[in-house]
Amino acid sequence: MTAEATTPVAPAPVATSDGVAVRIISPRRLMWWKFRKHKLAVASAIFLILAYLATIFAGFVAPYDPASRSRNLYAPPQGINFVDETGQFHLQPFVYGWKMTRDLKTLSPVYVADTTQKFPLRLFVQGEPYKLFGLIDADRHLFGVDEGYFHLAGTDHFGRDLFTRLVYGAQISLSVGIISVFLSLVLGLLIGGISGLYGGWIDNFIQRLIEAIIAIPTIPLWLGLAAAVPRDWPPLYQYFAILVVLSLISWTSTARVARGRFLALREQDFVTAARVYGASQTRIIAKHLVPNLMSYVIVTLTLAIPGIIIGETALSFLGVGLKVPTVSWGVLLQESQKVQIIQFYPWLWIGPAACVVSVVLAFNFVGDGARDAADPFSR
Amino acid sequence: MLNYAIRRSGQMLVTVFVISVIAFVVIQLPPGDFVNSYLATLSGGNIVTQDAIIALRSQFGLDENIVVQYWRWFTNLLQGNMGISFQYQRTVLDLLGERLPLTLAITIPTAIFVYLVAIPIGIYSAVRQYSPTDYLLSFVGFIFLAIPNFLIAIIAIYIGYRYFGGSVGGLFSPEYELAPWSLGKVLNMLQNMSLAILIIGTGGVAATMRVMRGMLLDELSQAYVETARAKGLSEWRLIMKYPVRVAVSPVLSTIGFVLPALISGTEITATVLNIPTTGPLLLNAVRSQDMFLAASIIFVLSILTVIGTFISDLLLVWADPRIKL
Repeated sequence: MTAEATTPVAPAPVATSDGVAVRIISPRRLMWWKFRKHKLAVASAIFLILAYLATIFAGFVAPYDPASRSRNLYAPPQGINFVDETGQFHLQPFVYGWKMTRDLKTLSPVYVADTTQKFPLRLFVQGEPYKLFGLIDADRHLFGVDEGYFHLAGTDHFGRDLFTRLVYGAQISLSVGIISVFLSLVLGLLIGGISGLYGGWIDNFIQRLIEAIIAIPTIPLWLGLAAAVPRDWPPLYQYFAILVVLSLISWTSTARVARGRFLALREQDFVTAARVYGASQTRIIAKHLVPNLMSYVIVTLTLAIPGIIIGETALSFLGVGLKVPTVSWGVLLQESQKVQIIQFYPWLWIGPAACVVSVVLAFNFVGDGARDAADPFSR
Repeated sequence: MLNYAIRRSGQMLVTVFVISVIAFVVIQLPPGDFVNSYLATLSGGNIVTQDAIIALRSQFGLDENIVVQYWRWFTNLLQGNMGISFQYQRTVLDLLGERLPLTLAITIPTAIFVYLVAIPIGIYSAVRQYSPTDYLLSFVGFIFLAIPNFLIAIIAIYIGYRYFGGSVGGLFSPEYELAPWSLGKVLNMLQNMSLAILIIGTGGVAATMRVMRGMLLDELSQAYVETARAKGLSEWRLIMKYPVRVAVSPVLSTIGFVLPALISGTEITATVLNIPTTGPLLLNAVRSQDMFLAASIIFVLSILTVIGTFISDLLLVWADPRIKL
């Protein structure tokens, strides 16, 4: 209670009259403390930070080039072994090579572990050259094998390493979430703010617009909008077009929250006090309203990212979002529209699906933790 | 009540109008006007006279400005004339009449399934807060919230193949595909539909369950619950009679968000499972830029959610006298 009463006063510790030192804790620090108590949210946040780091250093993390092909087509994931076929333990993990035979009925390749071929796994191996950040020439990879091959998540129909493609796909899939959410943040704050600030028929009009957008089933509307993206556009243009399409719908939740908080805060005593002191409208908005609004908006945004990531995945999966040669998790899932792929080469969809689900799950946990932290009345 | 219904329908008409504008924007977005795309899709065998082109253009007012075009389109729409699908060479109304009933036959039972399953689970989780079952249910709920519908459909196809040796998907199993209608065929259809309902419903159940749990927890900490308990009311009656009834009505009012999500889920899941709802039709329309068909489907689906929300709002007001009229 004391902390609550004293927070808005001064940023330095003060001694009260009865001699007890009171530390002044900023709301931001208070939020961080509350968030830290939410173990699952913290673990998820760390996971997400690692995931985003992996996309920045994609060339280093991925053992191969996303386009390089190997002779192993449709090879399943290679298991990492510590114990060899004679039961002997090795501290150095290794993988077995594949021996390919063909199923005589279906002619599909069947892979059996070849115990005569052992490829020891190493960290920081020299491998295919890549450009770090698209600038610096490098050929060291986080892990890999000196000779032979190592496909942690299997290979696709061209023999391309799926793990590598998942890492490069994360660059697109994860950035879509963040950038789209920033676009919706700008749109939502702007439109929601205008709605709350001006009220009257403008507010009424914007509220009806938001209601209408919410009533339209998202996937069909996304499909309809994505149809307008010309197919012959270069991948980068398509990427931005899909970003815009995704944010054109998701701004509504931010706008609602922004407007609602705006209306509630406008009536608060501290805003009236600021007005009495003669603060200008701009100063009140920038100094008093927006900081109070931000925590709620950030929570809404964190909870909006999973929807956008799923949206991109769904659109690309259906073949109307991003397209090859762009690599995203949704594009990787496109293959799984064929029932045969789902049935015979399950790693091709389990890989990208696991990526999408774990990232979405992590964002949900972080958003949940952030919501509890931002709520001053939660215990 | 009547007053509320009238005010609410006024609001609904405005929403419908805004949706129609959005749908029209969807039609206008792809480059080129629709008569050009129409002509481009016609095969060589069809001869289109200049008169027919002019007639088409004037029917949709393509020579006029955009507002007039919209108005033509909208009034045509209200009369049930939704234009022609280039791809199928049929009227959009015809195609919708074929596909829409199945979309409804899947979405409506899914909505009922979601609330029937989610509310009891939410009640249980709230009453036994922090019990192992509550943790388990919350955990499973979080996972299902994170798996998009189409992935669940893919997993279902895989499990069906791997462990039951059958093919999953389609409205009928292969042996019934061409068979005449019989009791077996109907049962088979219901079986395939219930799988789709289960897949589409999971996300909704996970979300609604959490809302119900939260709402009920808020109510359970109220003083009146303590009073009733002190007066010796049995726990079961106490919870069912007061807090649950209070908590259920905001949960039911989430239908405005749940219904569009379910329709989205139906469309994408039906595409994966190859069930002939409006979903695969919409996807085809979008892929071939058959915009009249695409926009009409979006419009009709949205209208359905608006009407569904409207009906449920009226029912809520009727059931819960505390809602302000």
